[in-house]
Amino acid sequence: MWNIVKQIARTGRPTEAPPQASDELRVETDRIQRELLQILGQALTIRLVDAGSCNGCELELNALGNPYYNMEGLGIKFVASPRHADMLLVTGPVSRNMEMALKRTYDAAPEPKLVLAVGDCGRDGGIFGESYATCGGVAKVIPVDLVVPGCPPPPIEILRGILTAVRRVRSQKRVEPS
Amino acid sequence: MLPGISTELTRLPGPLPVWHGVIDAADWQAAAIGVAQQGGRLVALWGSGGGDSRTPAVHAAYATSTGLTWLELPQAGSDASYPDLSGLFPFANRMQRAVRDLSGLNAAGAADTRPWLNHGAWPRNYFPLGDAASAQSMPDRGEVVDYSFVRVEGDGVHEIAVGPVHAGIIEPGHFRFSVVGEKVLRLEQRLGYTHKGTEKRFTELAPHQAYRLAGRVAGDSTVAFAWAYCMALESAAGCDIPVRGRSLRALLLERERVANHLGDLGALGNDAGLGVALAQFSRLKEDWLRLSRQLFGHRFMMDCVAPGGVECDLDGAGIAALIAQCDSIQREVQQLRAMFDEHAGLQDRFSGAGRVSPELAIRLGLTGLAARASGQSQDLRCEHAWAPYDSLAVNVATQSAGDVAARVAVRFDETLESLRLVRSIAADLPAGAVRVKFLLKRESARGAGWVEGWRGEVLVTLEVDGQEGEPRIRRCHCHDPSWQNWPVLEHAIIGNIVPDFPLINKSFNLDYSGHDL
Repeated sequence: MWNIVKQIARTGRPTEAPPQASDELRVETDRIQRELLQILGQALTIRLVDAGSCNGCELELNALGNPYYNMEGLGIKFVASPRHADMLLVTGPVSRNMEMALKRTYDAAPEPKLVLAVGDCGRDGGIFGESYATCGGVAKVIPVDLVVPGCPPPPIEILRGILTAVRRVRSQKRVEPS
Repeated sequence: MLPGISTELTRLPGPLPVWHGVIDAADWQAAAIGVAQQGGRLVALWGSGGGDSRTPAVHAAYATSTGLTWLELPQAGSDASYPDLSGLFPFANRMQRAVRDLSGLNAAGAADTRPWLNHGAWPRNYFPLGDAASAQSMPDRGEVVDYSFVRVEGDGVHEIAVGPVHAGIIEPGHFRFSVVGEKVLRLEQRLGYTHKGTEKRFTELAPHQAYRLAGRVAGDSTVAFAWAYCMALESAAGCDIPVRGRSLRALLLERERVANHLGDLGALGNDAGLGVALAQFSRLKEDWLRLSRQLFGHRFMMDCVAPGGVECDLDGAGIAALIAQCDSIQREVQQLRAMFDEHAGLQDRFSGAGRVSPELAIRLGLTGLAARASGQSQDLRCEHAWAPYDSLAVNVATQSAGDVAARVAVRFDETLESLRLVRSIAADLPAGAVRVKFLLKRESARGAGWVEGWRGEVLVTLEVDGQEGEPRIRRCHCHDPSWQNWPVLEHAIIGNIVPDFPLINKSFNLDYSGHDL
């Protein structure tokens, strides 16, 4: 126990004191947090659907939880069920084997059913394209609000995409801010 | 060089000993028996289509003490089949079903003929890797049919169905647990959800460009697959790469190993209830990825390994930064290891969970990192140490308990060993070019790339055709060690409780995308 406390004390809080290269990031994440609260008036819950990705995008989504990005500290949380989610985050060139599961997940999510397609594959099938096994981009299967390109997009780009999608909701008045 | 077969084998050019031969059905059977008796392993099984005056064929790759032997058994005629290997190598079952789904070739006498990758999204009589004529690019949808899971019946037995959309940030797959109370009686996996036609896609890309696709077979093993693909292409062209490029490839591969171990060690602590482990290890991993971005241009080093060498280089400052980071990460990992070792609650969850005994590991063909935690000392970096590993004397990390604790210990040992390797390679980087240009010969050729990725041995076999016009890929098969280890996970969970599944699963951390292709 003592070792754990020592380790925590020694580490400090990387989110508060990021390395120099990340100063811009800290400003960015503070702004994201403020905006989220302003727009949604609450935390944002996201359900991830890997619809056939190579797992590269998932590595970056996992990185969002590390102390540098501290996504949960911003009030953004990945949840276990689409029924609890404000937003679906979808990766991969949707494989035909995942097509039905993706549609059903979309149906299960409550309004506003925000959809963020992440990665070059989510945009248009990426290097895998469209084939006997893939449908191509996410928009071929369910309506998409915003695409974050990249292979994979770095965590901060994904965060930016999440915020942009939420902002777009405000401008389209799909959700009334509280 | 295999016992019991009469066919002459040809050595393929390349840094590791790889042999190829076209054999008949009798030799197919004899080779399998010989390898099994000798304690060798079946690495991969795949099919290739006919057309253009070529005969369809089924292929097997075996690893023995002399190297890798790639055997090709032609399958002429519509009623052709090949002898079933699942009796000798149980994990061959799923590979044979995948061969049926993709190439239309059948294993004679196989008991389990359920489709594996074809979930009904394309017709059963459409074979994407079969004859060119039958493999038009866009078939109609097939019919979705129920998959017949093996049912466990008895008083109080019920099923828990999980997936394909999982609760966490992980890849899709379906797990069917048969449980009584909390105890798992049986787990049956159904995979293939991320099948995206990768191997057919290879045939549509230029050989010198397809390394980018190989780097996206499995995102967490991008260096391993890109290296294996490039090794196969260079083998087919009979081309050597510069020594500096060779060393940099190994440096990238070891960095990939460290990145994955750091991530998984944190997740393992977290799955056993120690949240601070996740915070600490994910911080170290982020530091690690950021330096990769800074030095190599990509956090996961995608597209850094390219045909003829690497697409990145290190200067003096870069080398100094690498070495300094290895030193600091080593210190932190050792502190965190002490924290793990002293935490009674954590050790209680790790010890005895998901145990695969050494005997079971041998019988089921467990491979890679998980095999090393079950007493098997296999590691290509030592078994067939190719340059630069031949001068690095890699220490293989092994444990014999075969439980989660053993797999955690192997990951710690391998992390520290890879830090040593990164330092050693960086400090002793040969001078010269990092990449050489080469052309494929204007003839048909084949090559193989065999690399010890962080999860285990990765194999890429490549057949190129250069006779008419631009060279093209006729067949490229990518094999991930998860094919061997997924079925073993079904055994590892037996008798454990359902809440321990995420922990046990994470300790293997098997691949979906690299398996489903």
